[in-house]
Amino acid sequence: MSVSIDFGGDSLAGWIQHKSGISVQRCYQCGKCSAGCPASSDMDFAPSVLLRLLQLQNAESDQKVLSSYSIWLCLTCHTCSARCPMEVDLPKVMDVLRAESLRHKLVNKRAKDIVAFHKSFIDTIRNFGRLWEVGLVADYKLRTRHFWQDVVVAPVMLKKGKLSLIPLFHKKFVSRIFSGLRNREERA
Amino acid sequence: MSRIGVFICHCGENISATVDCEKVAKTLASMPGVAHSVDYKYMCSDPGQSLIRSAIKEKKLTGVVVAACSPRMHEPTFRKACAEARLNPFLCEMANLREHCSWVHAKGDATTDKAIDLVSMLVEKVKRNKPLFPIKVPVTKTALVIGGGIAGIQAALDIANAGQKVVLVEREPSIGGHMSQLSETFPTLDCSQCILTPRMVEVAQNPNITLYTYAEVESLSGFIGNFTARIRKKAKSVDEKLCTGCGECATACPIKKIPSEFNTGLGMRGAIYVPFPQAVPNKPVIDRSRCTYFKSGKCKFCASKCPAQAIRFDQQDEIIEIPIGSVVVTTGFNIKETSFFPEYGYGKYKDVVTGLQFERLLSASGPTLGEVKRPSDGTVPKKIVFVACTGSRDPAKGIEYCSKICCMYTAKHAMLYKHKVHDGDAYVFYMDIRAAGKGYDEFFRRAIEEDHVNYIRGRISRIYERNGKLIVRGADTLLGAQQVEIEADMVVLATAAVANDGAESLAQKLHVSYDAHHFFAEAHPKLRPVETNTAGIFLAGACQSPKDIPETVSQASAAASKVIGLFSNAELTREPIIAVVNRTAPPLFSTCVGCFMCQSACPYHAIEQEEIKTREGKLIKMVAKVNPGLCQGCGTCVAFCRSKSIDLQGYSNEQVYAEVMELLS
Amino acid sequence: MKIGLYPGCSLEGSSREYAESLRAIAPHLGLELEEIEGWNCCGASSAHQLDHTLSLALPARILAQAEKQKFPELLVPCAACYNRLASTKKDLANDASTRDKVTDLINMPYTGVTSVQNILEVLNLVLTPDVQKKIPAAFPHKVVCYYGCLLVRPASVVHAEKMEDPMQMDDLMKRIGATPLDWGMKTECCGASLSITRTDIVGKLCGNILEDATMRGAEAIIVACPMCHSNLDMRRKEIERVTGKKFSIPIVYITQAIGMALGLDAKSLGLHRHFVEVSVHGKNKVQQNVSSPSMAAVS
Repeated sequence: MSVSIDFGGDSLAGWIQHKSGISVQRCYQCGKCSAGCPASSDMDFAPSVLLRLLQLQNAESDQKVLSSYSIWLCLTCHTCSARCPMEVDLPKVMDVLRAESLRHKLVNKRAKDIVAFHKSFIDTIRNFGRLWEVGLVADYKLRTRHFWQDVVVAPVMLKKGKLSLIPLFHKKFVSRIFSGLRNREERA
Repeated sequence: MSRIGVFICHCGENISATVDCEKVAKTLASMPGVAHSVDYKYMCSDPGQSLIRSAIKEKKLTGVVVAACSPRMHEPTFRKACAEARLNPFLCEMANLREHCSWVHAKGDATTDKAIDLVSMLVEKVKRNKPLFPIKVPVTKTALVIGGGIAGIQAALDIANAGQKVVLVEREPSIGGHMSQLSETFPTLDCSQCILTPRMVEVAQNPNITLYTYAEVESLSGFIGNFTARIRKKAKSVDEKLCTGCGECATACPIKKIPSEFNTGLGMRGAIYVPFPQAVPNKPVIDRSRCTYFKSGKCKFCASKCPAQAIRFDQQDEIIEIPIGSVVVTTGFNIKETSFFPEYGYGKYKDVVTGLQFERLLSASGPTLGEVKRPSDGTVPKKIVFVACTGSRDPAKGIEYCSKICCMYTAKHAMLYKHKVHDGDAYVFYMDIRAAGKGYDEFFRRAIEEDHVNYIRGRISRIYERNGKLIVRGADTLLGAQQVEIEADMVVLATAAVANDGAESLAQKLHVSYDAHHFFAEAHPKLRPVETNTAGIFLAGACQSPKDIPETVSQASAAASKVIGLFSNAELTREPIIAVVNRTAPPLFSTCVGCFMCQSACPYHAIEQEEIKTREGKLIKMVAKVNPGLCQGCGTCVAFCRSKSIDLQGYSNEQVYAEVMELLS
Repeated sequence: MKIGLYPGCSLEGSSREYAESLRAIAPHLGLELEEIEGWNCCGASSAHQLDHTLSLALPARILAQAEKQKFPELLVPCAACYNRLASTKKDLANDASTRDKVTDLINMPYTGVTSVQNILEVLNLVLTPDVQKKIPAAFPHKVVCYYGCLLVRPASVVHAEKMEDPMQMDDLMKRIGATPLDWGMKTECCGASLSITRTDIVGKLCGNILEDATMRGAEAIIVACPMCHSNLDMRRKEIERVTGKKFSIPIVYITQAIGMALGLDAKSLGLHRHFVEVSVHGKNKVQQNVSSPSMAAVS
């Protein structure tokens, strides 16, 4: 299956360069990023393989990248970029790839939970201005229907006074940011 | 009336693709003073040169303009053609239509118009050219070779064996360089010392070679054939004539714990020491920065034990001046310190060593007498990881270029390790294998196929120590960049090769150019690989770029042949593009007023003061005079002269003015 | 020394012991903390995953708020918040068009005058020889210092010296009499944001960290990041499930370790909130339930 995805008439690599100034052609495939990546062994494509796919600049590989699980497993720990001999800022590339994956509705099925978590997180900020952990977890569970996850940890946290059942509302501090972003989206 | 010939070259299609050469030739033909104007596909070819030669004779040309490539490329060619047709070669000029016009502009009328302008300017110049005659200078037939590694040794021996004198200067106490530190050499695995030390002895014994070890070049002045070198002979604190090299002094020295440079810190030496047993000369020096006597005024144990009474604590550095005809720079390379790679733990973990250190561990003359042992605990490592490209091809932390020698020496290291430790495992992490040399690819394949070295394509992310083992984390990029973790006993880093310490300051002393990495620059990467842009100064070996031994030795012999060629002339001819102070009839003698601004401005110290006297010896005036041997024709004096008394031959004010006026007309 | 404080969400929630211990030790170190008013969440590890502009706007508002309150320096104890704030500051300094877009969004002036400081930088300044004199060998434990990712990377953002082998925390530990051990996991990632969604990966990565620390003979792992702390402390069950090993080594905030060295009681340092019992303590251990810290406890 191959769909053509539009990146303003460019390849995904060209789009990345346009958005972040990073050229994936700098990568000479030494694999140092994959060697040090803490999540690499759980990824469908190791970081250096992702870059290789991008270097090919064809629709099929671009789609593989955007529908990969790897881009959602990246922990943004910066181990790769700290050691990259060619100074490729891979975490920044990952940020662009995730945005494109969402935009083109190509999110990997296995990554649904991870995306749901981040969405719940942002929802919590939108609603409360700050992170309210109980709210975040409830939101996440509703999204993913993982009702039984962490049933062991949560009561202990509660007992240790690590969780607040009642949120504090600081929504007003961020409402302008979110409404501004929404307006922007609508305009675009 | 001038009769100028104009010859427009197409340079294949290099010029004619964007410049209408025919139109240029036609336009020039109608210019006043032009007697002949043609275009041709390859003016530098024999038929092209014949066109010039026959036109000079038939049309009785008084000057020639060849519009072609850069004069750096073919000015000598065309001037020679003119000379063959009995036209003074300095009446031939070149317009650079290729670099200055066709290569840098698109096809069009404007491009052709520019070409016409460029040629017209030169026509106006050449109308005012005067016949000039080459300058002859004598040659001092002594070569200075700087650096006593294999490059310097080879160059010195080749020059000396051709019957010429050589002064070889080495800053360390012994010659031998890095090659003396190596174990066995690729791709034949012959012992480095076995092939090198006889050459070192030859240097010491050759009557044509004067060897100064523990010495450095202070300065170099003069020009090709006529340099003067100032050399600092550092105080060895030992009378070399008396010393027999018995070694009693080194045994007596109470300081024993100085990391030996020769053994890359894996062995120790004393404050008075011979770098290694096969050193040439095999005589010790005192390292004054470490010697107890020089630090505290007490000790002198060495002197009390010296049977020849050769220790000289009061010896001073000595500066000598030597006339030199030519210089060969062979200062070699160094390895880049690996501390900039903290993720590899060099300096933190003793068993992470550099390639050069591993050479010492493999060498029969090394601190372990050739047994591979871990520096930390002296045990034999059962698993070694070799890491290629440590610092090379790494713009982020190291250097962006390829160090060239590492692929081969790493294959050799892994192979020699397997030969010495049969049940050991060797892993090589690499990015590409660069084994382009005679027998090189076969050699590295042998490491894999016969010696079962495990090659893994990928870089190492990190090395850290756990329970006395070094945990090496890498990836196998041929298996989808799958992670690989190896518990190694030892790690060898193929450290980047960089220019030697002090290369930059030496280049400045010698007035030769160098690149951003402080490697000396050759005059032309293909056609003049062992020459510098300074006439009479040549290069060989790793001071120009990282090189292996076969390539270094070839270059050294090439540089030697250049020197020998130079010395085969009784005198040298130089281009007469020099400044001249005018002379007029008495009573003026010259318009020079004797302010000598030119003298202080001249970067080559080529301007002298001349007394003009009457027949009776009475001083009339002092005027400036240019020494034609020293003048480099830079023209600085011309710009400084207030009375316009100096002019540059071949580029006179009149000529340049005519060029500019033609352009403006 | 008076300094602005941005506590961040974790320090009010699951990592409140970090805030408690920081506030407890502050007066002993001559540190006057003034909490920034009307602060919001920095977006942590989620905002930049989904929305680049949001990931800059949230920290920018915090920085603008600090400017408004005229804090020349802002202490950000949470390593994640610190990283987001420092990184936003750098991005806004380097790119005028982004800065305009973001200031428009937050509708606040922003010039970038406030310096963002992490806990190690501030502790390094205030844990002076004078303070040290009062606590000779008061925390006599072998520890390993765990920096994680966010305090050391990317180097261009956090200005960490010796990114691969940082020593600031080790140095602070020496000052309170502890023996920091060399180990292999100083700057390895704990799995951070995958804590809830891929707990198995967190279990594996944290297992490596706990195993190396235990193997080196450390009595505690010292941390300065709420995410590292909660993964290492609260995810023990998952770690045991993944690795098949049991670990008892406690995870201690650097502020708690200093607090113990100062002789402060366990409760004021929030030690009781840990999942894994804190088995290390200061030499001058005082009776529990001594609520308010006083200088007397130090001497």
